[in-house]
Amino acid sequence: MGMTMTQKILAAHAGLDSVTAGQLIEAKLDLCLGNDITAPVAINEFERSGATRVFDRTRIALVMDHFTPNKDIKAAQQVKRTREFAGKYDIVNFFDVGRMGIEHALLPEQGLVGPGDCIIGADSHTCTYGALGAFSTGVGSTDLAAGIATGKTWFKVPSAIKVELKGALRPFVSGKDVILHLIGTIGVDGALYRSLEFVGEGVKSLSMDDRLCIANMAIEAGAKNGIFPVDETTLAYCKDRFQRELRVFEADEDAVYDETVVIDLDTLRPTVAFPHLPENTKTIDECAGAVEIHQVVIGSCTNGRIEDMRAAAEVLRGRKVADSVRCIIIPATQEIWKQSMHEGLFDIFIDAGAVVSTPTCGPCLGGHMGILAQGERAVSTTNRNFVGRMGHVDSEIYLASPYVAAACAVTGTLTDPATL
Amino acid sequence: MIAQGFVHKYGDNVDTDVIIPARYLNTSKHEELAAHCMEDIDTEFVNKVKQGDIMVAGKNFGCGSSREHAPIAIKASGISCVIASTFARIFYRNAINIGLAILECDEAASAIEAGHEVKVDFDTGVITDLTTGATYQAQPFPPFIQNIIEKGGLLSSISERL
Repeated sequence: MGMTMTQKILAAHAGLDSVTAGQLIEAKLDLCLGNDITAPVAINEFERSGATRVFDRTRIALVMDHFTPNKDIKAAQQVKRTREFAGKYDIVNFFDVGRMGIEHALLPEQGLVGPGDCIIGADSHTCTYGALGAFSTGVGSTDLAAGIATGKTWFKVPSAIKVELKGALRPFVSGKDVILHLIGTIGVDGALYRSLEFVGEGVKSLSMDDRLCIANMAIEAGAKNGIFPVDETTLAYCKDRFQRELRVFEADEDAVYDETVVIDLDTLRPTVAFPHLPENTKTIDECAGAVEIHQVVIGSCTNGRIEDMRAAAEVLRGRKVADSVRCIIIPATQEIWKQSMHEGLFDIFIDAGAVVSTPTCGPCLGGHMGILAQGERAVSTTNRNFVGRMGHVDSEIYLASPYVAAACAVTGTLTDPATL
Repeated sequence: MIAQGFVHKYGDNVDTDVIIPARYLNTSKHEELAAHCMEDIDTEFVNKVKQGDIMVAGKNFGCGSSREHAPIAIKASGISCVIASTFARIFYRNAINIGLAILECDEAASAIEAGHEVKVDFDTGVITDLTTGATYQAQPFPPFIQNIIEKGGLLSSISERL
């Protein structure tokens, strides 16, 4: 029986010729990731287990991105604990303020993850690296601790949903609209325990930033991972970045999928997910003008990359953020920050009345740098709109692309960027 | 292994942000996390919950972030077992790894109501609603998973082998 792309990567990392859905395997890990929230818990577990060494000091990434620059004393203590652990074990890829970026933008950019890899991260959006043709999934801190100690973990081999992409995206429509549309179609548990494998001629029209955004939110459909085939776009992205041997896996022609979902990219419209679940989607045509907005956030591991900054600038150029709106823009890494600055995007943002922040996950999870008060509504390019996610339990989050979010900042309500 | 207690009931898609809001993730101390467990959907939970109580919920319990703080907060609040129609996969793995007993049973999750007294036998997977007398069959955990839960988590269970 044929294997999916995910199954082939898992088989290779388990040293097996083939695997089938449901099989329990032990796989070798190419990289283990933790951040300032999850690493301290993993370090506690690592030390409690009696472990005295890490499996490979070059294959552990610790990124201080969630509550940094430290938002309070407790957050500072957690970063300090992680910094000391990184020092003790001489961890090569420890990223502190000044070098850090949002982990899922930073690791691909720095070439620490790439095609054919098997990766775990104690952060649910670790599934992002599937955009590069890697098997990559989120785990908890205990699994991270065991991974750091042994370089291995166990997996139940997933079955898969095939997502066939046709055509090409229209202006002002982006990867964010693809993934919101998919989650709206199959639901927040539509891919529970399974892979989302993106295939079809439509893939080639998607930029790497679009793919990273789409794979990033696979978890929001409950998926174990999301994955794209490796093509010229992938190889061009990895060239001069990816530092290890690149391995290209392809799904077998007779691979078995649980079901197929077809998405026609030509007909996709800008899409907004209403509170309080990412599956509550409407096209902008169904909801333009529906609600008043108080804050716009453009950034995060989902949409803080250079194309996202350019999209926001395209909409904000020569326009003003509405008086009633705070518009917060967060380039995800130092490299993206510099690039945005050199391209003059910051002039556009600042002239429009937006603020530009240092890289941080901050407001996405209600940490800092943009917390909502009672009754406030945000349009955000982040990934979750759960109750209380960005602040007060009675605040609301509307998820959208950078194009749509920037347009909403200008008008103060849900807006189709094409109508400005 | 047996769990017995009174039921706290919730709906579908209970996410990790409501189980333990991120604003409290600047600590990993179990008792501090437990003090804020469920507060964004049930402000009374921390006052009502008693040692050994059982949580019952609908589908996709624990969806969202990978924060292990979520099952830790539930366990530290005194909950002895979570019964749900389905669990989100990272939460499922985390719960076992930290030694929080969880069972998937759609029938029990639908029928059992808040305030009922429920007994769970982990060896057989039988869930008994002591208030109504009804019984439900869940898939019992294999012995190695039961061992992880009894030892209080994955690392505790393997540390004797390290």
